[in-house]
Amino acid sequence: MEIDYKKIEEIIQRYGTEPEDLLMILQDISEIYNYVPPVLVPFLSQKLNIGESLIYGVATFYKTVSLEPKGKYMVSVCTGTACHVRGAEKLMDALENDLGIEEGGTTEDLEFSLEGVRCIGCCASGPVITVNKDTHGGLDRSTVLESIAQYKKSG
Amino acid sequence: MENRSSLEGHRKSLQDNRDSSEKRLISLCAGSGCGAYGTDKVYKILLEELEKQGLADKIEIKLTGCHGFCERGPLMVIHPEKIFYSRIQPEDVPEIVETTLKNGEIVTKLLFKDLGTKKKLETEAEIPFYKLQQRLIFGKNPMIDPRSIDDYITEDGYKGMEKALFDMKPDQIIDEIKTSGLRGRGGGGFPTGIKWATCAHHDGDRYVICNADEGDPGAYMDRSILEGNPHSVIEGMIIGAIAIGSKQGYIYVRHEYPLAVDNLTKAIDDARKYGFLGKNILNSGFDFDLKISRGGGAFVCGESTALMASLEGKPGRPKAKYVHTVEKGFRDSPTNLNNVETWANVPVILNMGADKYADIGTEKSKGTKIFSLVGKVVNTGLVEVPMGTSLRTIIFDIGGGIPNKRKFKAVQTGGPSGGCIPEMFLDLGVDFDELSKVGSIMGSGGMIVMDQDTCMVDVARYFVDFLKDESCGQCNPCREGLKRMLEILDRICAGDGVEGDIPVLEELGEMMQKFSLCGLGTSAPNPVVTSLLYFKDEYEAHIKDKKCPAGVCKPLFYYEIDADACKGCTLCAKKCPEIAIVGEKKKPHVLDNNKCVKCGICYEVCKFGAVKIM
Ligand SMILES: Cc1cc2nc3c(=O)[nH]c(=O)nc-3n(C[C@H](O)[C@H](O)[C@H](O)COP(=O)(O)O)c2cc1C
Ligand code: FES
Repeated sequence: MEIDYKKIEEIIQRYGTEPEDLLMILQDISEIYNYVPPVLVPFLSQKLNIGESLIYGVATFYKTVSLEPKGKYMVSVCTGTACHVRGAEKLMDALENDLGIEEGGTTEDLEFSLEGVRCIGCCASGPVITVNKDTHGGLDRSTVLESIAQYKKSG
Repeated sequence: MENRSSLEGHRKSLQDNRDSSEKRLISLCAGSGCGAYGTDKVYKILLEELEKQGLADKIEIKLTGCHGFCERGPLMVIHPEKIFYSRIQPEDVPEIVETTLKNGEIVTKLLFKDLGTKKKLETEAEIPFYKLQQRLIFGKNPMIDPRSIDDYITEDGYKGMEKALFDMKPDQIIDEIKTSGLRGRGGGGFPTGIKWATCAHHDGDRYVICNADEGDPGAYMDRSILEGNPHSVIEGMIIGAIAIGSKQGYIYVRHEYPLAVDNLTKAIDDARKYGFLGKNILNSGFDFDLKISRGGGAFVCGESTALMASLEGKPGRPKAKYVHTVEKGFRDSPTNLNNVETWANVPVILNMGADKYADIGTEKSKGTKIFSLVGKVVNTGLVEVPMGTSLRTIIFDIGGGIPNKRKFKAVQTGGPSGGCIPEMFLDLGVDFDELSKVGSIMGSGGMIVMDQDTCMVDVARYFVDFLKDESCGQCNPCREGLKRMLEILDRICAGDGVEGDIPVLEELGEMMQKFSLCGLGTSAPNPVVTSLLYFKDEYEAHIKDKKCPAGVCKPLFYYEIDADACKGCTLCAKKCPEIAIVGEKKKPHVLDNNKCVKCGICYEVCKFGAVKIM
């Protein structure tokens, strides 16, 4: 994969090369590539003047950052308490079956990743899932499949 | 804005405009809850339809933050009558425009129906869900477009800031907050005025921080305040900064709350443009600015020292609290951290006066509290009530009780640090002190209702699993304690529990409460401890009888159709994905346990309660 270093520099500039903003820089990079390509670690280390180990430390501590490639569509099933008692597990089962991957996995064509997240703040509409930035609420085993169908490649 | 009088002049002209406007106002909730049910589509069609029916210039639509009644979304309120429509589908929109906006009549099918009296209620004020609330913090949401600073100013916004800048000395502000009795809404309930005073007392570059990490799964009031009324938090922080003498503030908000981040970013930009942030605010000589930092989805980062480490760009690991953050916090400087809702209370206190504020609530817990009422309850949503309101009032009168004729079993309060409260304590008033008497806490306001179909062992297991993932791993008692607890609970839920498991759980819990490094570990055993206290029989059923009475732990139950109760309606057989149910119409059906995967669909759809958990 080609890395557009100019874009990365722009992101860093947005925050003014403050090492304190490392996490936000990593999150913004993830918006472009769906993950943080590890080849960027030495580059960031030099630009922000911080150790590579700290970058790895931060990238692995927080759940919003991944060093492994993720699908174009991130399907997040809320497994927060409110959704749990309303049957979030059943949505996860149905999605695992439908996408043919396990929780935490990514489809081979890099279209979908499936993960469980802890509460996305739509508890009243539970159980809910998000697909990238779209939220779908009040789902059950069958409506959850309808809600992800629209993201699938046609044909 | 140059100075105080230009702000006052601006507010006056905005209010005059509002009062003289002849346009009808529609307040359409665009909070995350309604959004998940499709507000976007409703809005789009509404715009088209107004255009089509020639009303576009007679109606003003406000896309607002959360109104609280998320269960009924998407919802709108039509002014001036305050007609309340809920569960609006895109195809209802033409009728709303034609019938209500054009002809001034009501679309009955969109009204809320009171389950008790079966009456259709026209306005918000008549609906029990709203009638029993006191919405000090949340009440303005329906009148404010969160992306408009002018809307906030119109609703008397930034008046508290004016008072703090020009009419009061920093000490007076702190005294006012002390008098109000405000206590931290982030869970701990520490008196806010005392915290401010201690921080102001220490020398250095003082910081004020807003904790918008909202880690309690099942609670979303902080999100809704930030999304719906971001300026109230900004104003609170400016007032706090004046009182404490801080020049720089931070808002630490979860990356998972994109709308909150967006609205907050816009609000900060606008506040800066208006001269409420930056140098020499309103020509008072006071400087203060705010920055957003997006956290990365770690529960432990809600803890104060971990949050500050995270703000510094490091992994969010807590420190032992030998040194208090009010003395040595962010960048080793004196730091005052408060929760979102705490900050949002500050302008309200300055506007209404501390004495009047202190009249609300109980002796030691003042003001209102917003609860996220979710789970197995009819009216889910955000509920703001005076401190001291009983659990029963919140769950049954406001929340409408338990859906589908099921029975109440417990309410979980305080999130992963809290506990499960059984029916016998429902008349307790909820405040900082009352719930801790029965082993739980009020916490940040999560209130998850559980019914007969919720397994308490599974819930305890759920929280331990959550906390095991979220433990930062630094200290042994928390890291290993949670792991061992989870192993035991997993075993119990799988049907492999043994005599002696319960005492070991109790012992582990005590050890963690005593020896963990931070609040995550010391409070982590609470869900297990309280469920053992009140629902020991369920644990024993799992361990001794190998039964899960609630029908959740799959290895420990099976379904059976009660031939006497079954009317042969065929619904379960139609819905069963495994074709495990057979039977003729109007004759009792039979379920084949060899085929059944225990998905529970038949149990949920049966209208006659004929599917039994065995
Ligand atoms: C594990 C843990 C998680 C916490 N999470 C939050 C949180 O998500 N939001 C919050 O405001 N406070 C949280 N707190 C409490 C904070 O440490 C702190 O007490 C609070 O933000 C102070 O603000 P307040 O006095 O206004 O409540 C948490 C504490 C612990 C121990
Ligand atoms: S628990 Fe699922 S959105 Fe909060």
